[in-house]
Amino acid sequence: MGSIKLNKVTKSFGSTQVIPPLDLEIQDGEFVVFVGPSGCGKSTLLRLIAGLEDVTSGMIEINGVDATQTPPSKRGLAMVFQSYALYPHMSVRKNIAFPLKMAKLAPEERDQKVENAASVLNLTDYLDRRPGQLSGGQRQRVAIGRAIVREPDAFLFDEPLSNLDAALRVNMRLEISELHQTLATTMIYVTHDQVEAMTMADKIVVLNAGHIAQVGSPLELYHKPANVFVAGFIGSPKMNLVTGPDAQAMDAHTIGVRPEHITISEGGGTWTGKVGVSEHLGSDTFLRVNVDGVGTLTVRASGEVALRHGDSVSLIPEEGKVHRFDADGLAMQ
Amino acid sequence: MARAISTRRQITVTILAWVIGITIFFPILWTILTSFKTEAEAIASPPSLFMFDWTLENYGEVQERSNYFRHFSNSVIISLGSTVLGLLIAIPAAWSMAFVPAKRTKDILMWMLSTKMLPPVGVLIPIYLIFRDTGLLDTRIGLVIVLTLVNLPIITWMLFTYFREIPGEILEAARMDGAMLWDEIVHVLTPMAIPGIASTLLLNVILAWNEAFWTLNLTAAKAAPLTAFIASYSSPEGLFYAKLSAASTMAIAPILILGWFSQKQLVRGLTFGAVK
Repeated sequence: MGSIKLNKVTKSFGSTQVIPPLDLEIQDGEFVVFVGPSGCGKSTLLRLIAGLEDVTSGMIEINGVDATQTPPSKRGLAMVFQSYALYPHMSVRKNIAFPLKMAKLAPEERDQKVENAASVLNLTDYLDRRPGQLSGGQRQRVAIGRAIVREPDAFLFDEPLSNLDAALRVNMRLEISELHQTLATTMIYVTHDQVEAMTMADKIVVLNAGHIAQVGSPLELYHKPANVFVAGFIGSPKMNLVTGPDAQAMDAHTIGVRPEHITISEGGGTWTGKVGVSEHLGSDTFLRVNVDGVGTLTVRASGEVALRHGDSVSLIPEEGKVHRFDADGLAMQ
Repeated sequence: MARAISTRRQITVTILAWVIGITIFFPILWTILTSFKTEAEAIASPPSLFMFDWTLENYGEVQERSNYFRHFSNSVIISLGSTVLGLLIAIPAAWSMAFVPAKRTKDILMWMLSTKMLPPVGVLIPIYLIFRDTGLLDTRIGLVIVLTLVNLPIITWMLFTYFREIPGEILEAARMDGAMLWDEIVHVLTPMAIPGIASTLLLNVILAWNEAFWTLNLTAAKAAPLTAFIASYSSPEGLFYAKLSAASTMAIAPILILGWFSQKQLVRGLTFGAVK
């Protein structure tokens, strides 16, 4: 069991309200990712769920029980911190066993569980080392091991991969996803990296200035962004957002087209411009095209494209793939 | 070229460090040497540094005339007592300021430090009168109290800087792992803070051991520590350098030995927090 429900939760630091009234339901076994730019309140929200911060008002239910006033140690949640937060004076074995010791498990049972977790996480050879003698990825595994041994109702991850290098990050991302499939436990994962969010989540909660901008599956957010913020935040490279006459022509304040939904045409097109910087990835080419009166549009062309800096191109947005937004930034049907 | 400059600089710095070190240590060395001279040689001019008749008679005479061990035990009780009492008060104080800082925490820290700016003699009369009226004059407990108060700001500051270095996330992790406040303190915080607590303890034992103003002014005979023991050989006796030196050597020897063995811990304690 690991359902979590937030009911009109708010959080203020002094007179600054960082989380305005917020409702959210997380089902048992879901992998939920909180994503948003720095300072959007996603970590604060996670810490409220963990109990490391007190809510200013509202209610947090865990498994249908009001847990608003429950101390973190009694909420049955496990957390993996960005800094790993391992106990530097304890061996890996003792680090992983610590929650079990706190739960007053018998030493034999503790050892058994630690051995199991260590073998799952490839840490068996490192059990007698101190955290200081491990690499970043290994430390992260120890932190995860410490979280899984206590078999929590839900796991909370606070930007767990941001201290790792790019290659390791991709590996750990897969490992965490696999772990979720094996354990089928609720996981709440905070990140500012929308690629992590898109690849890992069952459900993404996009946060902007403490507000939930949109909740949905990765593809829902990609195909049907509810507002300009989500449209610009989800997807890489970013969606092209155009205001002005082109938007007005479509009865909208802003229109958005993803780089992959723009075709380069030899003849005429909706927009004509000059190629600026182009990025060649082999599988794709990203072209920045400077269009007069519109600005720079990013175009994703598959494979290699033989266009050079300064070449003139015409661009045609794909039919039915143009997103329209009103003056308040909300999506229009 | 760069290497030549750095070598030259290294030599200069090394020489300078030795000169400063020897200059600082010289009076202590001189005192120790003088304690092995006869009174006549101690005031001889020009003085001889090593070429004299080494004698232990001063030590014998000092021990005969006054009870070294009583002073020694007073010093031990007063310095350890005030340090332990100070730590008991300062640990929770530093703890709360480091981990649950309030709006005025910084001001409180500055205020505590500001009490060290007051010359002690400024409060001698009120404290003397309080001690006289409460019967604390010339008692070990009285000195333990006053030395605790004198050193408390330094103990608290040192511990505060230590505790602040412990990342809050580790304590939060312990909480998430099911630790209640007590477990958090016993299993996570204390083991992590032990080097800090140890160096604070050492430094304060040394400060309390050497403290001379209050120990001289608030004691007469019963509670007098080694500082009073040294002082008793200075003014009233006239120029008895050799015996005074012997008494000083006996008084500083224990703390010198303690300091020698714990220098690594002490240096770490004093520079902690200065460089991250």
